Amino acid sequence: MQKKLVRVAVALIAITALIGTTAPANAAGVKGIKGGLKIAIMPKALNIGYFDAWNKGAQTACKEIGARCTYLGPTEATGPAQVQFINKIIQQKYQVLVISAADQNAIVPALNKAKAAGITIVTSDADVAAASASSRVTAILPAESARIGTAEIDWIAEATGKKGSIAILSAAATAANQNAWIAAMGPYLTKTYPNMSWVGGTVEKSVFYGDDDTTKSTAQFNAILAQYPNVAGIVAPTTVGVKAAAAEKKSKKAAVKVTGLGLPSEMAPYIEDGTVEKVGLWNPIDLGYVAVYAAASAKSGSFDGMVGSTFKAGPNAKTQKSYKVVPGGITYLGDPFTFTKANIATFKTIY
Amino acid sequence: MRRLTFSWDKGVFAFLILSIFIGSFVTPYFATSSNLSFVIQDIGEIAIIALPMAFLIIAGEIDLSVASTLCLSSAAIGYLFLHGIPFWMCVIAGLLVGLLCGVINGILVTKFGLQSLAVTIGTLALFRGLCYVLLGNEPVNQLPESWTHLGYENIPGTFLPYSTVLILVLGAAAWIILHYTRFGRWTFALGINADAAKFSGIPVTQMKLVLFAMTGLMSGVAGVVYTLRFASASPNGASGYELAVIASVLFGGVAIAGGVGTMWGVLSAVLALGVIRSVLQLIDVSANALLIVSGGLLLISVVLPRAIEISKSHRKVANK
Repeated sequence: MQKKLVRVAVALIAITALIGTTAPANAAGVKGIKGGLKIAIMPKALNIGYFDAWNKGAQTACKEIGARCTYLGPTEATGPAQVQFINKIIQQKYQVLVISAADQNAIVPALNKAKAAGITIVTSDADVAAASASSRVTAILPAESARIGTAEIDWIAEATGKKGSIAILSAAATAANQNAWIAAMGPYLTKTYPNMSWVGGTVEKSVFYGDDDTTKSTAQFNAILAQYPNVAGIVAPTTVGVKAAAAEKKSKKAAVKVTGLGLPSEMAPYIEDGTVEKVGLWNPIDLGYVAVYAAASAKSGSFDGMVGSTFKAGPNAKTQKSYKVVPGGITYLGDPFTFTKANIATFKTIY
Repeated sequence: MRRLTFSWDKGVFAFLILSIFIGSFVTPYFATSSNLSFVIQDIGEIAIIALPMAFLIIAGEIDLSVASTLCLSSAAIGYLFLHGIPFWMCVIAGLLVGLLCGVINGILVTKFGLQSLAVTIGTLALFRGLCYVLLGNEPVNQLPESWTHLGYENIPGTFLPYSTVLILVLGAAAWIILHYTRFGRWTFALGINADAAKFSGIPVTQMKLVLFAMTGLMSGVAGVVYTLRFASASPNGASGYELAVIASVLFGGVAIAGGVGTMWGVLSAVLALGVIRSVLQLIDVSANALLIVSGGLLLISVVLPRAIEISKSHRKVANK
């Protein structure tokens, strides 16, 4: 039975390879990457839509480079559960592992064993602890903290025509992620968009906290409108806040523009009816896709994961995108992925 | 009755041999030295806790809080280490925390005369909650490698993990105590009829207290093994392990009603569980289906003996 399956798989790979040679894009096989690699794609846990999307990106990359990829992992998102599967792939002599770490510490001893067994490891979506970074080649993560903040400023500037004053509807005042993003927004707005300003004069005085609570976020949205009737735009760097703001904007038919970090499944109705033009978040498909290229390039010897080193992702030389490793051994995808009317229909079903 | 249990643990042993044989046949990755090491590591904590659990269930009691106790012991190690205590002292503290958890269960059951099922469902939640209190939502890492390598490396020059020694020593001790000492005989007597045991002069209360304390202590030992194996302590550690432990003990031929069981059946069952899990993983059975194995074994081991019993009594009636 298993042999039969393997034969079918080999035949399929052979067929895609044949098609590849006739297609101009060179579908199976990419320069600088060995063909036929045996790759394991391991999510934190199975049966999660977000990781199904992540795997979709990984499988696309696998097809392009002509690798044999298997999506496998535990049903509960814990480190110890993942370790059993890491041991399994060591036994089954996989060559490459792309993994989203369910526990930043507990899987490290197993990863080190896998590394010692000759398996090339790239983390994607969730990394191991910084102290254990040597267990993997690189980590593929969404976007640098600062860029998550400044990208949102770009979106609101686009929506407001690069003028007017804006406010921020954040999560809790103590939320570390949001505070780091907001800190990057302040100087960026002043520098990049001279005709725009903060409603409270400075960024610090223009932040309203909805505590990631729908009712409270809605109340804060209304407080902004009451306090600053001329506000041109509101940035909500939290999925709860941006959804509450969009819903209230719609019911109040408010003119203020809204953007921020939102889940496509939750924001779809507001994007489809034009309440909100654009929101962003990371794209799990890209995380999976780029991680396979990073890992396969490392296995093929064309990428070593050292700070400053680069690898390319994409099926042909003209459209390939280059990625560079930054300190910490991390590779950022770049800008957050944006959702608009054009692509929301595809993504709302994924996460 | 006696003949039935005898054949049951023989059956489990045969099942173990059969699954090893089938495993080696269906996948080339199974019968390798490195996989043996993984299987032993994988069942380490479960084997260590299954030993006292077998005593406890034979004596007519049960402890559902073992995985939470394991976690609390591990959390204590992590917490103390984070606060600058030397690691060897943290390990001793982890063992003491396990012992204390067991004593608390034992006192609640014996002094207050409560059902162990109810008590340990309560402490299952309580101890788990304390793990979160101690560690917050943050796991502790950076444990000293001179210790953690004992958790995940093999004994130099062999393909056996360090935990093998622990399992062998503790397993042999449990075997001898259960089958060749007065303590063991009393354990059976407790499970067959606690009142009769009391009237024949067996110190029932002290016995039960000791059994719960041992279960706690062994959960603490498993907590140390677990902490070293994953080189970290996290508040959600070992979740669901109580099911695996109880499934192995019952599958090993210990009667859920007490009074019946052998250590060799239990050890075979723990190993069989590890072997089946490994084989299914290596032939690429999805993790979704793997979940069914523990539950299925548990059901089989509870239902099958009862079914045999019923069919036997029917036959007896028919013969009359």
